[in-house]
Amino acid sequence: MSRLPERDGERIDRGRSLTFTFDGREVGAYEGDTIGSALFAAGQRTFSRSFKYHRRRGLMCCAGQCPNCLVQVDDAPGVRACTEPVREGMQVMHMNAQPSLELDVMNATDRFGGPFTPPGFYYKTFIRPRRLWPLYEKVLRHAAGLGRLRKSQPEREWQTEYRRRHADVLVVGGGAAGLSAATAAAELGADVVLADEGPEPGGRLLAEGGRDYARELAGRARAAGVELLQNAPALGTFDGLVPVWQGDTLHQVRAAQLVVASGAIEQPLLFPGNDLPGVMLSGGALRLVELYAVKPGTRAVVAAVCDRGLNAALALREAGVEIACVADLRPHGGSRGDAAKLLQRRNIPLMRGSTVLEARGRGQLDGVILGPPGSDDGAGERTLGCDLLVVSGGSAPATSLLSQAGARTGYDERRGHFALTHVPSGVLAAGEVAGVGELAAAEGSGALAGADAAHALGFGDEASRAAAERERAKPAGPNGWAAAGNAVPPPVTSERRGKCFACLCEDVTSKDIHLSVKEGYDSIELSKRYTTATMGPCQGRMCQLPAVRLMAEETGTSLADVGTTTARPPWHAVPMGALAGRPFEPAKRSSIHGRHRELGANVLWAGDWRRAYDYGDPRGEALAVHEAAGLIDVSTLGKLIVRGPDAGEFLDRLYPNRFSNLKPGRIRYGVIASDAGRITDDGTICRLDDDAFYVTTTSSGAGAIYEWFTWWLADWGLDVHITDVTQGLSAVNLAGPRAREIVQGLTELDCSADAFTYLDGKRAAVAGVPCLILRIGFVGEVGYEIHYAAAHGEDLWDALLRAGAPHGIRPFGLEPQRLLRLQKMHILVGQDTDSESNPFGAAMPWIVKLDKEQAFIGKWALERFAEDPPETALVGFRVANGHVPTEGAVVMPLDGSPMGQVTSARHSPQLGGVIGMAWVPAALAKDGERVTISDEGKRLEAEVVTRPFYDPDGEVLRS
Amino acid sequence: MSYVLTCPNCGPREVTDFGFGGEVNPRPVAAPSARELGEYNYFRRNVAGVQREWWVHRSGCGAWFYAERDTRTNEVLLTELPEAGA
Repeated sequence: MSRLPERDGERIDRGRSLTFTFDGREVGAYEGDTIGSALFAAGQRTFSRSFKYHRRRGLMCCAGQCPNCLVQVDDAPGVRACTEPVREGMQVMHMNAQPSLELDVMNATDRFGGPFTPPGFYYKTFIRPRRLWPLYEKVLRHAAGLGRLRKSQPEREWQTEYRRRHADVLVVGGGAAGLSAATAAAELGADVVLADEGPEPGGRLLAEGGRDYARELAGRARAAGVELLQNAPALGTFDGLVPVWQGDTLHQVRAAQLVVASGAIEQPLLFPGNDLPGVMLSGGALRLVELYAVKPGTRAVVAAVCDRGLNAALALREAGVEIACVADLRPHGGSRGDAAKLLQRRNIPLMRGSTVLEARGRGQLDGVILGPPGSDDGAGERTLGCDLLVVSGGSAPATSLLSQAGARTGYDERRGHFALTHVPSGVLAAGEVAGVGELAAAEGSGALAGADAAHALGFGDEASRAAAERERAKPAGPNGWAAAGNAVPPPVTSERRGKCFACLCEDVTSKDIHLSVKEGYDSIELSKRYTTATMGPCQGRMCQLPAVRLMAEETGTSLADVGTTTARPPWHAVPMGALAGRPFEPAKRSSIHGRHRELGANVLWAGDWRRAYDYGDPRGEALAVHEAAGLIDVSTLGKLIVRGPDAGEFLDRLYPNRFSNLKPGRIRYGVIASDAGRITDDGTICRLDDDAFYVTTTSSGAGAIYEWFTWWLADWGLDVHITDVTQGLSAVNLAGPRAREIVQGLTELDCSADAFTYLDGKRAAVAGVPCLILRIGFVGEVGYEIHYAAAHGEDLWDALLRAGAPHGIRPFGLEPQRLLRLQKMHILVGQDTDSESNPFGAAMPWIVKLDKEQAFIGKWALERFAEDPPETALVGFRVANGHVPTEGAVVMPLDGSPMGQVTSARHSPQLGGVIGMAWVPAALAKDGERVTISDEGKRLEAEVVTRPFYDPDGEVLRS
Repeated sequence: MSYVLTCPNCGPREVTDFGFGGEVNPRPVAAPSARELGEYNYFRRNVAGVQREWWVHRSGCGAWFYAERDTRTNEVLLTELPEAGA
């Protein structure tokens, strides 16, 4: 057991024990432990196997930054053990090792496969023989990737709430600088949101002895009104929109000012064996000790480039870890600082001008070689046994979000990393990410950034602005705490034996990067794509800077010239489910829908509506309409009330035919054309009175036509109001020889043939429900399309079915309706027409009134179409042999070249044969002409019919 | 693409609240030639710079309005309702 005695500031609660399983084994933990800390405390040292070589990997950063501890938790892959809190009963499994973590057969690639798996190996080793590529691809695909997703996850339904949050200031990062920035801005009156990826605010304070102070800073922020979001990483910036992922919520934060206080990421060192379990970043070792009271090792060696490493050595010594030696790369070994003196006082040996040259061990660290960098001859080297190597290779500011927002960075020789050189307006950087690491200075930089953000938005006053200017003018203080300014850039590795990893996630070695340059991929962007360095789970946190150093060395250019790769979102891993939002499909249902279900309807999608396609017997339902009466729910129709003194003129301008001369109480069919003369929609228009029209549209076109109407109205500025009542009104169509009797029995309105003629529209109460009744005939029999308030949906439906029962009424669905309208050759816009169809080709030349006084949309184009005969025309057809052609089947005139297609086809029991509609060459658009239809290899003979198949003269309809 | 549009009626909203109606292209006044009609229907200037364009507040009040937006940066310079009786 590596658990230390109780420590001040520890995160664990020793009074509450939990258990979970790891690869089936039970493991004990305390509340507050992470999976990583609990496993480490229980003696686990190997946490995963690396991506390509399947080498053992152990805890390294303990901050969710490196890939070494990725595990599978309860079927969710890709969980970082070092940050994921333990829950009772969790089932944790290893990833990427078969059959087990201890014995992984794929480790053979590490021992033998090196020469076969250089960068781009899938195009080298596995390129021949080419015919085996499908097999190779299967094998490689199986070997690639880290976790496993269960193919069927029935219980796991991800529901993420999208929360739109508009704020004045968004602060990313809840360390000392971020908390100070948020507090300063909020105290000046701004609405501030702070997003921090950790479980509690404080950042570095938490593991470096400042937990109480962190609580104090957080308290001040809350008191000032800052909205603090924890476990909430910011994923990226998208033109000012910052998505912050917090469990089941995706906050889409748009703030007028963005303050980024994301800190800096401690960097590893490059040397052979740098990925062995037992090699840890100093921050990682300290976090294990301070937060979880776990001893990271028994005997440690520390390799540092700055005081941060020395301070870590002291802290670990105080926690009971034996420090065998500290190697400080600086020639003077920070001799001016306190840390070196303290080391001396504790008799800890300090090697100046030295670093770690090699780490040794079989699957686990057992010793290191220290010495001056670049030494190959053994001079000045020391070999030491140890089970923990603490490395501190400087730090790299976490500038990704800032770069995504348009900031620029440049290599800073003095600090040894890429530092910010420019931030765009509206964006500020504070704290360690801006190069200010020392605690007091970081707080000051945060407070100043917060004040600047608030001032930029007009908050604050003369006094607060003056105070900010005074703060800005202060000289920079001494850099004691983080001592970033004292860092010496670590060296590149020398040519020693053993793999030296530049990118831990993708198993890219320093040799691979050198090789990529030799092969010609000599820019950082090319080399990145070729080797895949920085493309793994850490997204460059551990490897961007080392990769750039290696590239600079290999190409002989400066780091400044090599540059960095483009920063891209997401900065933090996020599950697809969190981005997908709620898994629901909005479905529209009419107010009569319940009745369709009760009647056993076959309900299917029609656009975003749920509709009854039939009630189990489409043929019988269609026949009922011919023989007795049918009732169909057509509530999905678009319905617009166009009202005003200019309403008639408005419709005349929009439609190719006239409506201003339509008498009140009469109905006319209309087709909407675009200014290119193409059919976009159709419907009926009933004039209600002198200045009001009731316009219907197709179900799927309702929204678009409403916007078409309101757009032109906005441009013309006519005295017209348009009200969309599509969803407020229900509509049913009662059709058939008995329809008149049925409806007459429910209303006092005179429905006799002479009083209520075809294309009349009348208002009356039917079964007590106030209605607008349109006598139109989409399905070819005497029919009444009844529109009424949706609240009465079921009432009227029930009344009509009851009244119709003795007459043999049947409800009918979309499918029989389609057959009935096809018998009448009534077009369905979008089915029988497409975006290029014009009224002349679609057999409706009579709807285009070119002599109309009022100019209308589409007139110019339609004048041209009127003069040029169409190439193809829409006609009906009959097929003799009983085969129903597929919609879309190609029409071939008898000379063989295709021209035209079938748009609708059905077998009609009423007519005793197969009928349909198709576009055919215009020359053949005459009764009796013959065309061939090619349908999936079959050839059908068809005869053209230009007039409706059923009741061609409309006598039945008008009776 | 992500930015904020200020609806003249409702105030600032995410751009996803709105429907885009295209560049403002004046409709030919007199009978256009075939070329002019084709250009009006199918060609767009697609300026790299400030564009005057139509938007509709689809998830809100439903009003059509003009915006002037720099297509290079998505900075919206103004939004305004059309004048009545144009």
